[in-house]
Amino acid sequence: MRITQHPILTFDRGKEINFTFNGQPMKGYEGETIAAALHAAGVKVLGKSLEKHRPRGFYCAIGNCASCQMIVDGEPNVRTCITLLKEGMTVETQEGKGRIK
Amino acid sequence: MREVELLIIGSGPAGLCAAISAASSGAKVLILERTFKPGGQLVKQTHMFFGSESQYASHRGVDIAGILLKKVEEFGDKIEIMLNATAVGFYEDNVVTVLKDEKEYFKIKADSAICATGAFEKSLAFPNNDLPGIYGAGAVQTLMNVYGIRPGNRVLMVGAGNIGVIVSYQLMQAGIDVAAVLDAAPRIGAYLVHASKLARMGVPILTSHTVKEAIGKDCLEAAVVCEVDDHFKPIPGTEKRYDVDVMCISVGLSPLNELLAMRGVEMKYVPQLSGSVPMRTESCETSIPGIFVAGDASGIEEASSAMAEGYLAGLCAAAKLGHVPEDFEKRKAEYLKQLEGLRSGPVGDRIRAGMKSSQL
Repeated sequence: MRITQHPILTFDRGKEINFTFNGQPMKGYEGETIAAALHAAGVKVLGKSLEKHRPRGFYCAIGNCASCQMIVDGEPNVRTCITLLKEGMTVETQEGKGRIK
Repeated sequence: MREVELLIIGSGPAGLCAAISAASSGAKVLILERTFKPGGQLVKQTHMFFGSESQYASHRGVDIAGILLKKVEEFGDKIEIMLNATAVGFYEDNVVTVLKDEKEYFKIKADSAICATGAFEKSLAFPNNDLPGIYGAGAVQTLMNVYGIRPGNRVLMVGAGNIGVIVSYQLMQAGIDVAAVLDAAPRIGAYLVHASKLARMGVPILTSHTVKEAIGKDCLEAAVVCEVDDHFKPIPGTEKRYDVDVMCISVGLSPLNELLAMRGVEMKYVPQLSGSVPMRTESCETSIPGIFVAGDASGIEEASSAMAEGYLAGLCAAAKLGHVPEDFEKRKAEYLKQLEGLRSGPVGDRIRAGMKSSQL
């Protein structure tokens, strides 16, 4: 899902970052958001809606709509579209409101 | 509690220009930015801007962000940008509550403030519009142009305004198939120079069409579109199915200005400005003295007018704080003239009517 050739843009990808998604090891790059790295790996479903448990993906990518909230390092409701990926992060799909530690 | 002279909320084109303008008059500025990067939505705009030189025409949006940030750096002792800092409340004693890094929660008291919080992409109502794979067109632009990631393999673009048409072209530059661009309006809203590029590449632009439903289990798999009549009602029997894994919604933006409403400034629903906006003076000051607004938060326009408004609001906010430069009147007249130019002609009719209706 990564663009390698582009007529006007070049992408300087930072160093490789290891993280886990629902326990599975994954790789992304430094400087990209959690949602971007997951999308690059083909993960589009980031959580489930509160009442009807419908799949949720990202929508606005500016940290406004709450559609991309996930559990990151045990913390629920993290806006993954504006949170940078870090080495060793554990990322999980969120079902329901989540619990504050 | 931290006290600041001028607080600017948002570091997009309006916020950065406001900061540069206020700092050049001598004000001390703190900018709050809720993401990890300043520049707002300029950073994903890889197309060249139109307009005049004062708004950096024929530069790409992403390069304009760089130019503005360099100027901000020149005022290093006057401007601080706080990243990952979301303003979550704005109270009557000019206290703004801030959530930083999703951890710290604290208060900032401002002598004066400029709300430059921008806008949010509108959604469109149809069955299954919440399926992953259905994204704001701007969100897809971020994914592609900032991170170099394909949103999917085949895209249906909903909305033939400038954003819809420009993003469609950028999708094709990134090697992604655009099945069609549709718009409920009987005419293409985008500048024809952009729309013609798509037409030349063989992308159908379907006017008087809308989305009937999205199909998919966990993610988008297909979309059914249909024609609409003069009253935007679907015409039965005109359905067409597109097998797409991405649908971009580009049906306009809404101003983001809840903080100003919370602060208690006089608000008004102005359809020409695409939503509820603060009433403001010619100097971008709201009904509460010392509280200013600039950019899309005051009504949806373009980045060029956001920059001009930012410069104007920064100049006037600083002047109100006692930092009146010698050439104040000249600079103010110049920014007003730039705005008048940007809002001239038939395209500016709506904006001019909206400005008139929201003027204090």
